[in-house]
Formats: sequence, C-alpha cells, structure tokens
Amino acid sequence: MSEGAAGTALPQRAGMWRRALASDMLWNFLRSPVAMLAAAVTLAMFAGAAFAPWIAPHDPFNLRTLDLLDALLPPVWVDGGDLRYAFGTDNQGRDVLSTVLYGSRISLLVGICSVLFAMTLGTGLGLLSGYYGGALDAFLMRIADVQLSFPAILIALLIDGVARTILPRNAHDATAIYVLILSIGVSGWVQYARTVRGTTMVEKGKEYVLAARVIGRHPAAIMLRHVLPNAMGPVLVIATIHLAVAIITEATLSFLGVGVPPTQPSLGTLVRIGNNFLFSGEWWITVFPGGALVMMVLAVNLLGDWLRDALNPKLRRSS
Amino acid sequence: MIAYIVQRLLQSAVVMAVVALVAFSLFTYVGDPITILLGQEYSEAERARLALELGLDRPFYEQFVRFAGNAMRGDFGISLRLARPVRDVVLERLPATLELSLVAALLALAVGVPMGVYTGLKRDSWLSRVFLTVSLVGISLPTFLIGILLILVFAVLLGWLPSYGRGDTVALGWWTTGYLTKSGLRALILPAITLSLFQMTLIMRLVRSEMLEVLRTDYIRFARARGLTDRAVHFRHALRNTLVPVITIAGLQLGSIIAFAIITETVFQWPGMGLLFIQSVGAADVPVMAAYLCLVSFVFVTINLVVDLLYYAVDPRLRIDRAVAGGHE
Repeated sequence: MSEGAAGTALPQRAGMWRRALASDMLWNFLRSPVAMLAAAVTLAMFAGAAFAPWIAPHDPFNLRTLDLLDALLPPVWVDGGDLRYAFGTDNQGRDVLSTVLYGSRISLLVGICSVLFAMTLGTGLGLLSGYYGGALDAFLMRIADVQLSFPAILIALLIDGVARTILPRNAHDATAIYVLILSIGVSGWVQYARTVRGTTMVEKGKEYVLAARVIGRHPAAIMLRHVLPNAMGPVLVIATIHLAVAIITEATLSFLGVGVPPTQPSLGTLVRIGNNFLFSGEWWITVFPGGALVMMVLAVNLLGDWLRDALNPKLRRSS
Repeated sequence: MIAYIVQRLLQSAVVMAVVALVAFSLFTYVGDPITILLGQEYSEAERARLALELGLDRPFYEQFVRFAGNAMRGDFGISLRLARPVRDVVLERLPATLELSLVAALLALAVGVPMGVYTGLKRDSWLSRVFLTVSLVGISLPTFLIGILLILVFAVLLGWLPSYGRGDTVALGWWTTGYLTKSGLRALILPAITLSLFQMTLIMRLVRSEMLEVLRTDYIRFARARGLTDRAVHFRHALRNTLVPVITIAGLQLGSIIAFAIITETVFQWPGMGLLFIQSVGAADVPVMAAYLCLVSFVFVTINLVVDLLYYAVDPRLRIDRAVAGGHE
C-alpha cells in the first residue's frame, strides 16, 4: 500500500516540476521585471535576515561591545557620522544597520511561523469541513463568518492581550514570540479554510476520489494525498499575501508594545524605540527599520500579486 | 424572512455571549479579584465578607449572569489603573474615538470613490497606474509608519501641524468635541489622514473593480447604443449600480476604522478608547479591557447585523454570498 502511494506520488512530483519549468510561469516570471525585482529584494532580505550574525558589522546585543559614547551618532553621510556605523547608532550606542538586520530576522521568523501555523490550521479545518460537511461544516463556517467580520489585527491584538494577562508577568519576555505566532496564526486561518473547503467540496465528487474510497483508502489519506494537491495553488497564493499581512501585524503589535520585548527587538520594536527620538531630530533610528519593513512587505506583496495572476486559480478551476 | 431574521439575531446573541464569557473569565481567573480590590492588608473576615457581597461564593453560571446583567447596564466595575468607574473612563474617551473615526470614514469615501471611478473609467491612463501603484504602497505601509512619517514631515520638519493630543475641546453635556475649536480641527488632520488611508485604498480598489464589472454589462452597452452621453452612462447608469456594494463595505469598514483607531491613537497620543485599551493591556487593567472587548464586539455585531438585514431587504439574490462582504483584506 505505502509502496503504491510512493510510486504514484513520485512521478506526480516530477511531473509537477517539469510542468512548472515548461509552463507559462517561468516564462511569465522572466518577462515581468516587477516580479523579478520583487523576488530579488525578497531573497536579499531573507538572506540578510538569515545570515545576520555573519553579515552584521556589530553584535548589537553583546553589551560588552557597546559604548554609550557612541550613542545617537548620525549616519555616515551626515555631519558627525562615524565610519564604523554606516546608518548611525541608537540611544544605547547600538549600530542601527546591525539592529535592522537582526530585527528583520525576528520579523521574518514570526511572520513565517504564523503563516505556517495559519496555513496548517486553515487547510486542515477546510479539508475536514469540505470532506465531511454536515454539522461540522456548519459549525466551522459559522465561526469563520464571525471571525471574518472582525479585522484580523483586532483579533490578534485581543488574543495577544488576553494571553499576556493570563501569563505571569515574568514569563512575558520568554513567551512573547510564541504568543505572537499563536495570535497572528489564529487570526488568519479563515481564508485558507474557505478556499480549501471550496476545492474539497468540488473534488470529493470526482471519480478519482470515489475510486480511492472504493479501494478503501483511509479518509485522511484521501484528503491529504488526493484532494490537497489540487488545492495547493490558491493556498500558496494566500500564504504569500498572508506573509505580508503577518509581518505588518507583528510589527504593529510590537510597535504598540504588546509584541516582542526590546531585548529581542523586531523591526516594529525598533520603530517604537526610535519614535521616542523623532522630536529631537534623531530620525535615522526610526526611518531605517521602518524603511526595511516597508521594503520587505512591498516586495512580498508584489510577489504575491504576480503569483496570483500567474497561477490564476479562478481560470484554472474553471478550465 | 422571519426565520432568517431570528437565525441572524440568535447568531449575534451567541457571539455576544461568547465575548462576554471571555471577558468574564478574564475578570474571574486573572488574579484574585478580592486582593485586587482590597489590597493585601485586610483580615480574613473582611475578605470573606467582601466575597459574599460580591457574590463570589455563588456558582459559576450565577456569577456570569450577574456579570452579563451588569455589563448590559454598562457597569464594568472599577478600573484598576485609574481607580475610577470603568463606565466614566470609557464615556470620557468615547467622543474622541468616534469623532476621529467619523472624519476618517468621510475622508476615505470622499477621496476613495472618485479615485476608484477614475481608475475604472480610464484604466490605461498613466494617472490610473499612479493611483494603483500608490494604493499598493499604501497597503504595504503599516498604519503606524504612515503616522510616524506624517509626524516627521508635517510636525517635526515643517512644524505646520500638532503631532499629539486633541487640541482644545468644547464640552456639550458629557460629550466633548474638538470640531468647534481651531486647535481641535488642526489636531484632527494628521490622525484622520493616517486612519483613513487604508480604507481609502480599499474603497478605491473596490469601486474600480465594480466599475469595470458594470461597464461590461449589456445594459451599459444598450445605453451607449441609445446614444446617451458618456457622462450619463458613467454616472447615472454605471456608478449608481456600483454604490450598493460600496456602501455596504463602507458600513462594515466603520467597525474596522474604530479598531484601527487603536494604532492611530497610540501614534498620536489621541485620548480615545484605543489608547485606553493599549494602556490597559500594558497595566493588566482587566475591567477596562473587558469593557472595551464587549463594547467593540457589540459595535461590530450590530453593524454586521444591520448590514445583513439591509442586504436581505434590498436584494434577495445576495443572500447566498452575503458572507463575502465580511472579508477584510
């Protein structure tokens, strides 16, 4: 049985790659300068975040290397700038370029984990809802309706706020990242669930699913191996766009002071810290992390837009 | 019709009950309410007396019913942080948030609809491309960054507008308004723009896609064939038909604006409910959090209910995809 499953899965996967290479998608990608630029920026930012400990000129969290005499230095090209600190330093003498690199690490980590969490939760519930229908479906979709009527950021904020109130005060810093991932993930599952549910309801009436049922495959296997691959295209599009939303949500919560702690700052936390120095003219503490955030989100959004047009799930479904 | 209304009312009631349950659980299980109210230095006997007085010895459901009853009368107890009745604190902050949200909503409509119509009619002109690109950038800019940038440019660098607070207000009974003073209006500009920008892009994109859809229909082609002027076709035939979904979405977005006001109010230190909520989360001020939770949920549930019922009344065809209108992205 398992051998047979692996046997059918392998050529299917190889076929997918061949199809991807031969399809319009690559062609489409190579002809779209916006998509290529967005992909390049996204890759660069991912790499910068992933390799921050090796790339960053300073370790902003090693207190021994910090010198308060270096605090609030402007960027190099401004009068009084220091060659060691390309983008200037913050109030504690931390190199802004390094804190931005480390900060985008936290931002991306929380963003990606929340998206994976929401995707798993939403896809799973969508499959169950679409496959079994009935009371389960009605119940889940009612919850989805209600949740959709509230903005995602409000739900994330409420879950986050409630979790912080329940958890003991001294555990806040240690658990902050997990609480964030949980709240952003839970606030985003609905779209995945709705899309997957729709596809599942269509697919489950088709002959290959019937055939799989007749030969006695387990419902879980039918859902994961047979139905899910047909729903993955739209799910990936949603995930890309959701990544941008998740990064914004994390940044917003951190900016509001209910996200990650200042000892492990994300881009949002850095903007929050810098905001206190805006009026005294130290704009670089805010503007660089803010700019990095916008670039990241814009690149991911553009990539998502392009992916949606390229995959065009609507056209594909009707064909 | 009646069955639908009853079902919809029941659903709203269930949502409110769940929200109230969450709020109540926060109240009861976060910390010890007696210690919170009395402090540490009271005797066992006094603690027991207060527990009896507050009904804390009663079973769970009885306490919950009491909580819900009090909540409906607007009684959420005493704020732990400010040591004042929650109701007074919230009522004091309510006008600031509502005035800001109203201006932001009107601004979003007043700018978003014309931009949407224009980009829908002249979809290939360079100005349309600019609008669309700007709207993508607008969606990618988090609200708090927009606020900070506006402050940086207009308050710090140019010094034209105030960067925080509400300016002078005039009291009309318990309602305080900033609409009637010059400094109040000036203070309103930056926060209102910040708050409206996201909704503006949303409305623009919505109007644009609705216009594109409507312009393809047969009756528009027929109106053109009848030799009507472009102006009549565009505004009397096309725009009118796009307005039903636009008005519904705009109505639904009013709730979002109140929710997003949390961010804007924090950036501009605007003394509204959102700032109050964030301060309460920071200080674990549970009664205020619970009150905000219930109030905002109530606003959302009411708006959704009204919109759904209006939909049903206006266009029975839409019953099936009414859920689509609830999306927020």
